[in-house]
Amino acid sequence: MNGEKFLSQRYIYNKTMKFLMGLSTAVISALALLFIIYIPMKGIPFISWEFLSTKPSFLNGTIGILPDIMNTLYIIAATLAIVLPIGVGAAVYLTEYASNKKLVAIIEYTSEALSGIPSIIYGLVGMVFFCEFMKLKTSLLSGSLTLVIMNLPTIMRTAQESLKTVPQSYREGAFGLGAGKWRVIRTVVLPSCIDGIITGCILSVGRIMGETAALLYTAGFAHELNGFLDGMLSSGATLTVSLYVYAKDNGEFEVAFAIATILMALTVLINLSASAVESFYKKRRNL
Amino acid sequence: MKQKQNFLENAIHIMFLMMGLVTVGFVLLITVYLIISGIPAISKIGFFEFIFGKTWSSTHATDPQFGILAFILTSIYGTAGAVVIGVPIGFFASVYISKIASLRKKNLITSAVSLLAGIPSVIYGLVGMLVLVPAIKNTFDIPDGSGLLSAIIVLSVMILPSIIKVSVTALDAVPSEYEDGSLALGATPIETYFRVSCPAARSGIAASVVLGVGRAIGEATAVVMVSGNSPNMPALFQSVRFLTTAVSSEMSYAGEGLQRQALFSIALVLFLFIMLINALLNFFMKKSKEES
Repeated sequence: MNGEKFLSQRYIYNKTMKFLMGLSTAVISALALLFIIYIPMKGIPFISWEFLSTKPSFLNGTIGILPDIMNTLYIIAATLAIVLPIGVGAAVYLTEYASNKKLVAIIEYTSEALSGIPSIIYGLVGMVFFCEFMKLKTSLLSGSLTLVIMNLPTIMRTAQESLKTVPQSYREGAFGLGAGKWRVIRTVVLPSCIDGIITGCILSVGRIMGETAALLYTAGFAHELNGFLDGMLSSGATLTVSLYVYAKDNGEFEVAFAIATILMALTVLINLSASAVESFYKKRRNL
Repeated sequence: MKQKQNFLENAIHIMFLMMGLVTVGFVLLITVYLIISGIPAISKIGFFEFIFGKTWSSTHATDPQFGILAFILTSIYGTAGAVVIGVPIGFFASVYISKIASLRKKNLITSAVSLLAGIPSVIYGLVGMLVLVPAIKNTFDIPDGSGLLSAIIVLSVMILPSIIKVSVTALDAVPSEYEDGSLALGATPIETYFRVSCPAARSGIAASVVLGVGRAIGEATAVVMVSGNSPNMPALFQSVRFLTTAVSSEMSYAGEGLQRQALFSIALVLFLFIMLINALLNFFMKKSKEES
């Protein structure tokens, strides 16, 4: 056996693998840096107070994104208001009530299926079901309802994971003191899983903020400034949708980059707050 | 009093049950809607003409053609291309993150990955449109850089975070006894990670790839911005249309009639692909859980 050749082969193998790992990691870091540096570089020069605080005007030829910001906030608020109770309720059912294993498996399977369905299919079904069949027209409400279906699995999963970490002894203690099931859930179980619910909310906000395909044909792309109730019933573009329209259909790349800069800042903010919440509750648990 | 209490408890039980059943209802709603509205066009056009027809000219005045073979092949090639580029990068990076990186580096790279995961797809599309497409145009000296190749590159970046997150979780879960045993027998750390840890985490890594495939095949927004969007048969520098973008690009102006129904049929085909991928993902996830 040629021992020297074997050793040099091992040497080459080790070096190659090390090199490939370093290269891949470098590619990923470079990509993240590209997005963090390139987009603000292109976008910041175009951001001004006027840009943030007005609506687009054909007469003056100016572009403002205040309506898009408001629409994004409305749609986030409406979606969370509907999806939170349903998602947390479903998680409570799965961990606290369900005794039928088959039913649990079915619910978990459908929830996974929902999270795998592409947003364009949500957009198509949302358009036909909410806009046309339920006669809600192209409106923020139709958009929110479509997003409720999309975000349900996220809220359910995060709530369920943190419900599982609530120690069984808490429940037993409360039952032992004579509390009913609902009272135990309300006063002991839910308060201990608040971190999972907050994390789920943050993840959902990120997903709602970044969604385009599902909203384009359910919420539309108007740029009107409305109050919450009027806004919900009329068509409106969120930041991502108007970025898409400005870049793809109008060729207004400066505006697109300015919006992209804002979205990047929000993405970073969402990531930071998600990890802050996580470490805050981790610390509190360990105490 | 006792009876009232029982009544309340039962009512609340039923309320939670209803909330649990909402997801089942939504999945049924989507499936039933897609099947009901997707079948008519397929039966009118003919199953084989629809799936294997090479020409799509839905707006032709006298003789519209509804063949989606080009969309199906584009989606398959595009996804395969993204996997070929994205999976090796994601795989090697995952091993680095899970096994080699110091805690500080690990946190840094993990937050870079979370950032990439959180960036809205429309921003990937924008950067692809203004950086990647011109770059491809200049490098290969072709009239238009938007096409299958640009889409593949954008998709390969977009699937990286899913691949890395799931793979790192799987690699982290490999029992350290396996690695200690290999090291004690004289293998170097690198040999240990690739020949012991990776095979031990193979189901999780396979699941990460399947997850990436699902992401790639379902992406519409970023792809429509860089792929040119003409219904051609796929070729690397050809302007192409995916299953997803075929739905989105005609949704806005498809009126009543066969053109609109055909969009639902395309969505149904896409849905079947996704369900297949979901089943595969479930299989690998379960296996991975059993192994660890």
